[in-house]
Amino acid sequence: MAQTHGVAALPAEPEKATLEGKNKLLAFWTFLGAECVLFGCLFATFMALRNQVPDGPTAQELFDLKTVGWSTFLLLTSSLTSVFAIMNMHKGKHGATQLWLAVTVLLGLGFLILEIDEFTHYVHEGHKFTSSAFGTSFYTLVGCHGAHVTFGIIWITTLILQGFKKGLTVVTAPKYYVAALYWHFVDLVWVFIFTVVYLMGKVGH
Amino acid sequence: MANAHAHAHAAVHHEPKRYTGLMDWLTTVDHKKIGILYLIAGGFFFLIGGLEAILIRTQLMYPDQKIFVGDTFNQLTTMHGTTMIFFAAMPLLFAFMNAVVPLQIGARDVAFPFVNALGFWLFFAGGVLMNTSWFLGGAPDAGWTAYAPLSSIIDPDGKFHGVDFYVLGLQIAGIGTLIGGINFLVTIINMRAPGMTFMRMPLFTWTVFVTSILITFAFPAITVALIELMFDRLFHGAFFEASRGGNNVLWEHLFWIFGHPEVYILIMPAFGIISEVVSTFSKKRLFGYSSMVFATVLIGFLSFMVWVHHMFTTGIGAVGNSIFAIATMAIAVPTGVKIFNWLFTLWGGNIRFTVANLFATAFIPTFVMGGVTGVMLAVPAADFQYHDTYFVVAHFHYVIVGGLILSVFAGLYYWWPKMFGRMLSEGLGKVHFWLFFIGFHLTFFPQHFLGLMGLPRRYFTYMPGFGLETGNFISTIGAFLQGLGMIVFLINIIVTARKQKDAGNDPWDGFTLEWTIPSPAPEYNFKQTPLVRGLDAFWKEKMAGNKEMTPAEPIGPIHMPSPSILPFVMSLGLFISGYGFIYHHYIVSGAGLVITIISMFLRSLFDDHGWHIEPEELEEHKGGKA
Ligand code: HEM
Ligand SMILES: [Cu+2]
Repeated sequence: MAQTHGVAALPAEPEKATLEGKNKLLAFWTFLGAECVLFGCLFATFMALRNQVPDGPTAQELFDLKTVGWSTFLLLTSSLTSVFAIMNMHKGKHGATQLWLAVTVLLGLGFLILEIDEFTHYVHEGHKFTSSAFGTSFYTLVGCHGAHVTFGIIWITTLILQGFKKGLTVVTAPKYYVAALYWHFVDLVWVFIFTVVYLMGKVGH
Repeated sequence: MANAHAHAHAAVHHEPKRYTGLMDWLTTVDHKKIGILYLIAGGFFFLIGGLEAILIRTQLMYPDQKIFVGDTFNQLTTMHGTTMIFFAAMPLLFAFMNAVVPLQIGARDVAFPFVNALGFWLFFAGGVLMNTSWFLGGAPDAGWTAYAPLSSIIDPDGKFHGVDFYVLGLQIAGIGTLIGGINFLVTIINMRAPGMTFMRMPLFTWTVFVTSILITFAFPAITVALIELMFDRLFHGAFFEASRGGNNVLWEHLFWIFGHPEVYILIMPAFGIISEVVSTFSKKRLFGYSSMVFATVLIGFLSFMVWVHHMFTTGIGAVGNSIFAIATMAIAVPTGVKIFNWLFTLWGGNIRFTVANLFATAFIPTFVMGGVTGVMLAVPAADFQYHDTYFVVAHFHYVIVGGLILSVFAGLYYWWPKMFGRMLSEGLGKVHFWLFFIGFHLTFFPQHFLGLMGLPRRYFTYMPGFGLETGNFISTIGAFLQGLGMIVFLINIIVTARKQKDAGNDPWDGFTLEWTIPSPAPEYNFKQTPLVRGLDAFWKEKMAGNKEMTPAEPIGPIHMPSPSILPFVMSLGLFISGYGFIYHHYIVSGAGLVITIISMFLRSLFDDHGWHIEPEELEEHKGGKA
């Protein structure tokens, strides 16, 4: 698998140029499969318990679709900016890749701030982790997603910092690519959370 | 850590970074050494679990005994089951996966050697963490299935943390298993030698492939179950607490959505081992290879559709029970296909009853008996009678000990020369086999009838005068015999380890690629990647009159990954943080997690460029190395 290209000429899809890169991509897709089961089980738990509120406010009383709408907007936009990053990577434009990733991270941070704010509100209104099975399963599901966002932010930030030193190579390209995949996945999970937790919480019983 | 310097990676050949002694084992990323680590650790836990079993059987030898009662007995059964499934059976299979799969597909290592080491150390950390509970106030005692709400009971004095050890030990070990599964999946898909198409893969590799898929999709379910139990226990969550709207049946679902695939995760590689051993020692290619592959995939698929058969008595209702009953019985069909294929492989073969083949042929009828009781249990109406009795205990020991453990022994006698360069003694092996095999049936056959007479499982005693004495007594004698068999096996290992290396490349006249290279395999496995020209690649060459495989590449420098201490440190971090959670010292948990995360950073920051073995060195290595 020796790479014989010069330093400047990066292959068209640098993330798949080496066996290591291909392995990484496949492993990551598989890992996302496992993550689907993980979130699937959390969703199932939430669906089973979401109306179990012996004490404290119900979903309908609690949720405010407007703030959640803003969170959704931020996170979905960040998915788009991560696409821009990878498009630029494919064109070999490392600077733009880094820049779009930085935008992605900022949008992710915005989402997190909104989420923390939202959780604090809920706690003041008596919707706590321990107050009911609804509370426990809500914070576990949405919190697990939030933890994924946090991890993604730290991860992509590390990659950006590394990028300054290492540049765009067949070693770093798979890292960028895989992180972007992860980010899309996390956004996708949010779409389901928005539907199942918030929309159904507001209108469906 | 390793290779912190960032050279331009092309031309420079790095100095091989090699450690010796203990550091070598702590830092190794070589799949063959990791296989040996899995074997030692899994074997160790197997002995602990076995000891617990002997203690259980001692208590039940006579009615009304008071040796291990109450809590102690509950802890013994819980730890026996949990240890055997997660810390003995799983790592023993991972030992074979590591020792054999890369060799069988003609690869130089697995796709992610670093992750491979990490998987081992996580499993080991989890196992040790859980077993230290014996010295820290008492072991988990809610059964290996840890049903809520029994498992969510918290000791008001805060002294007894049993189930917390279960939760955190399994969680840490589970992550290790998950990444191990992903690693082997990618290895098998991407790392096969030229010409090794999917339908030319040896059956053991196929079964590992399917098992890896099952691991990937089943383990996250128990991850979630354990998170929920942990949140309930540590942070006063309400998942399983009815008074706050929780639902304990949820635990049963999550546990068995993982649990049933798990039993197939265990048995699949066992099927693979039996296929290899039976065909080698009949001097015949495996009968019905493609139907074997198909059956393997089908069983893997169906194994996700049957979990409710563990919950027939939970009250799901007649419709649900019937659907899952039929799905369960359907699994018997592809399983039957396998049984007949093994029999037809033996049929008319030139059979050699080596110890490996004794274990393999003993597997077949024994496993069939376990399958038959399985189908009996799959009838919901009847299961109301069998459930939670010794009948179930007999069933799963027939499939797990009679299925899995017999094939583990078959595999050990078969691949020992490839792993260690020495042949295990056949004489001692036969003593081991007969003691274990007879002991096994003595232990578990009577339990069918004890169960039908109504003896419940997990009870620490029974009264005299109900006809339960004889069965229990025989069962205990059988357990002692199995213990004797294990002692003979240990003696065999010691005797073997003390003699000269005596194994040739191909001691059994094998069919597959692992027998084309020296025993034990050199660190780079294949000096030249072999070209595979058919199913049973080596057999094919032998038939064509060749002594060796045709190489697919010229001799050249071989790239090797660098050893690293990081997998060990990452696992140590989680190990420490586990204790933090158990004792509610969240600063300790945080510190442990920080150790792990910093290690992850280091791993990401400093790319491993590896090192090369030069062609001149390869010549010196010829004939294997110490
Ligand atoms: C023909 C194939 C099989 C069928 C139809 C089958 C069916 C069943 C059923 C219905 C139960 C639930 C019994 C009860 O709790 O009342 C059960 C339990 C069990 N089976 Fe199987 N089984 C099969 C194969 C296997 C295999 C291959 C393994 C493992 C290698 C296995 C391991 C277990 C274990 C561990 C339990 C007990 C779980 C517990 O409650 O602790 N089974 N089986
Ligand atoms: Cu089952």
